[in-house]
Amino acid sequence: MSDPVSPAVRRETPSTEDQMPSHEPIATPARPVPSSAAGRQPQRLARAVTVERLNAWYGDHHSIKDLTLSFAPNKATALIGPSGSGKSTVVRCINRMHEEIPGARASGRVLLDSTDVYDPDVDVVAVRRAIGMVFQKPNPFPTMSIFDNVAAGLKLTARKVSHEQVEGALRGAGLWEEVKDRLGKPGIGLSGGQQQRLCIARALAVEPDVLLMDEPASALDPISTLKIEELVQELKSRVTIAIVTHNMQQAARVADETAFMLDGELVEVGPTEKIFTNPDDSRTEEYVTGKFG
Amino acid sequence: MEAGTITPVGEHGSALHRSPAARLPDRLLKWGLTALSVGVIVLIAYFFIRLVIESEPVFQQVGVVDFLFSADWVPSKELYGALPLLAGTLITSAIALLLGIPVAVATALFVTELAPRRIRGPLTIVIDLLAAVPSVVYGLWGFFFLIPKLKPAEVWFADTFSFIPFIGGTVTGPNYFIAGLILAIMILPIASAISREVISTVPSEHKEAALALGATRWEMIRMAVLPYARGGIAGGAMLGLGRAIGETIAVTLVIGNAPVIGDSIFQQGYTLAAVIANEFGEAASDELHRAALIGAGLVLFVLTLGVNAIARGFVMRAERGQRAARGPAAGMAG
Amino acid sequence: MSAVAFQPVSPRRRRADKLARGLVALLTGAALVPLVLILYYLIKQGIGAISLDFFTTDPTGSFLGDPGGIKSAILGTVLMVLLASAVAVPVGVGVAIWLVEFGRESKLAHAVRYFIDVMTGVPSIVFGLFVYITLVIGGVGGSSFAAWKGSVALGLLMLPIVTRSAEVVLLLVPNSLREAAYALGAPRWKVVFRVVLPTALPGIVTGVLLSVARAAGETAPLLFTAAAVNATAFNYNDSMNSLPMLIFKNVGQAQDRLVTIAWGAALTLVAMILMLTLLARLIQRRSRLS
Repeated sequence: MSDPVSPAVRRETPSTEDQMPSHEPIATPARPVPSSAAGRQPQRLARAVTVERLNAWYGDHHSIKDLTLSFAPNKATALIGPSGSGKSTVVRCINRMHEEIPGARASGRVLLDSTDVYDPDVDVVAVRRAIGMVFQKPNPFPTMSIFDNVAAGLKLTARKVSHEQVEGALRGAGLWEEVKDRLGKPGIGLSGGQQQRLCIARALAVEPDVLLMDEPASALDPISTLKIEELVQELKSRVTIAIVTHNMQQAARVADETAFMLDGELVEVGPTEKIFTNPDDSRTEEYVTGKFG
Repeated sequence: MEAGTITPVGEHGSALHRSPAARLPDRLLKWGLTALSVGVIVLIAYFFIRLVIESEPVFQQVGVVDFLFSADWVPSKELYGALPLLAGTLITSAIALLLGIPVAVATALFVTELAPRRIRGPLTIVIDLLAAVPSVVYGLWGFFFLIPKLKPAEVWFADTFSFIPFIGGTVTGPNYFIAGLILAIMILPIASAISREVISTVPSEHKEAALALGATRWEMIRMAVLPYARGGIAGGAMLGLGRAIGETIAVTLVIGNAPVIGDSIFQQGYTLAAVIANEFGEAASDELHRAALIGAGLVLFVLTLGVNAIARGFVMRAERGQRAARGPAAGMAG
Repeated sequence: MSAVAFQPVSPRRRRADKLARGLVALLTGAALVPLVLILYYLIKQGIGAISLDFFTTDPTGSFLGDPGGIKSAILGTVLMVLLASAVAVPVGVGVAIWLVEFGRESKLAHAVRYFIDVMTGVPSIVFGLFVYITLVIGGVGGSSFAAWKGSVALGLLMLPIVTRSAEVVLLLVPNSLREAAYALGAPRWKVVFRVVLPTALPGIVTGVLLSVARAAGETAPLLFTAAAVNATAFNYNDSMNSLPMLIFKNVGQAQDRLVTIAWGAALTLVAMILMLTLLARLIQRRSRLS
């Protein structure tokens, strides 16, 4: 369960953003900066995501059934469950990518803090800017350089993208040192793990409040996987993370909270430690002990 | 069976041998088809050589450079400068590309990305139907319908925008522009089909990446679809260009067949293909004239060879880029 | 307020999006306009000429009086395209079979594919020139125009189309089919003719029909190979009429009735080509290979 964020620390709503000058980072309230690894960004308060009574369909197939789940701010919540349980679907409903699939639809509410992402007054393009996504298979834009890949999202709203912005995003993804000398080279020239971190940098560049990660390391080798998991730990201080994974050890390593899903329903959610050592529901226990899935 | 014993040869040979007679059909097939295929190469090479030989007289008389670059095409005076023809071919083809390719890409985008599912099929069929109209019918329609109908608009355009070079001036009925417009319509189906093909193979993962960053539909197309598809689209454009360069009948009916280089696109001109079609009757007995027309045909052939090579280049580069983009990056350290 | 929590999407981006999509839709609409206009005009101008007599009388070629019908043109087109197909189809399919079954990726096969590619791009009038140079000037079978020479030019035009489409279809035949046949001990030629070709047949027929549709509409290759006469002729050794040539000759005429003939012939020709194309697509859809 997530704690409600106290009003005193709630972020300023960006009311000055009606015009579109060159992109300015959104002001954050002054807070003591906790020490973190050298070169990483200071902590920033992210937002909570609350999924309320979500239902999702693929055509006639009722995939997500009345699901309610919260993702605490500045925490990583893992979604685990067997294949077909709907984990990816839930996450894709949060940034409204689900409806891009022909014949797919969703109903219910997904609140970013207090705003419903599915509210008809809300522009889906704005939603996707505030909620970033990293996909299972690394997908840098094949015709763009490393620099342009990271800048891609920024270029949508600003004419010029500064070198600092790209550097910041690459540092945040832990990729800067490896590519700083070859920013002009094609993004697809990198190895798999580097490409995925490039995609993370690309998502971070637009400073989202939430980062959705759909099995981000499942296509990578163990070393890259470890690097991605380290990243998740660091990124928590800046964004709220929802990470889908079929790898329970991974969930145990990186997530503060874990939610177990089965057949499109939320079975149980709680602190990761509890889910893996002392779950309430017998189905959860069966899954985490490897009896199925 | 001892080694060395001759195995009895039955009607179809022993269990493991086939008699030479039984192998014959296979050998015949292989060598027959090989001969056929090699024959294709020999045939084209032979045609090319004959073209060169038969056009020899005019190149001897006029010289290759003069043939290509002098501007007087007056058969009655034995003047054979093909520049107006070359210019006309290039001008009409350029107009065709300028007008036709954007429309072709637009139809491809519309059908694959923007149109509601239900009308995609029928729309595709209708666009492809343009290919079923033979060139003589295009010429017929251009001559009787387009030329008179468009003349007022052309006059207005030429007057209003006369400050742009090659626009102002008198407007004749048949002219470069009409020819280019007809050519644009004629290359539409092939360019659209190829563009459609390429655009529909853009992997959805790139499109999703763009959308997930907060891109509008059009921004997604600009970010993920067009850059990926541009090689194939260029290849399709080259194929259209090749078609436009060689089109004879439709052009000759609407371009005016005047062996001059007009001052504006709204004036008459000539093309390499059209001159061959028009002057062959009278050239039959005049060996020099005939050689000149064959020379024009040779230039046409070389042009299409060049365009074809460029098209292949684009398509091959596009395929290589796509294979690299799809390359397995998984499992690599880093 | 609900929208305040998100960075609003700038109106400029929204406008650009709407504008771009509108433009794409507009251009697509523009692409459809010519077809509608042509078909409308064809029908409007040509339907007046259509009658039974139209199809059963020859053009008289006279400027005054009855212009006649288009019988010889229809027959001529059919006869010439038939002969062209009789040569182009076996050769085209044969080359395709060689490319797929024997040549594969060898250097020779690459060369053959390149030359077929070149042939696809050659303008039809250049094919006419080829035939003119080799057969008419060269005096093969008399140095006159002849329908069979026109057929040769048309056949050259059809060859690369048939080969290309046949190659594509033959490649689609699953290798497992071939392997099964070989495993049963069948010789190569049997595998090709009894297994591969029958499976690929609908696709090959589609390609043939499309090339026939193309050849039927061509004028340029016939200009100085078969030329055109008015009378119905079955003699391949003489000039022969054809629909495209008839239309072409009558376009510039001052006589209204002759122009109407041209339009009627054009309508007939387009109808023929459309039917062939439709047939080809239908067969393609029924094919077992996608």
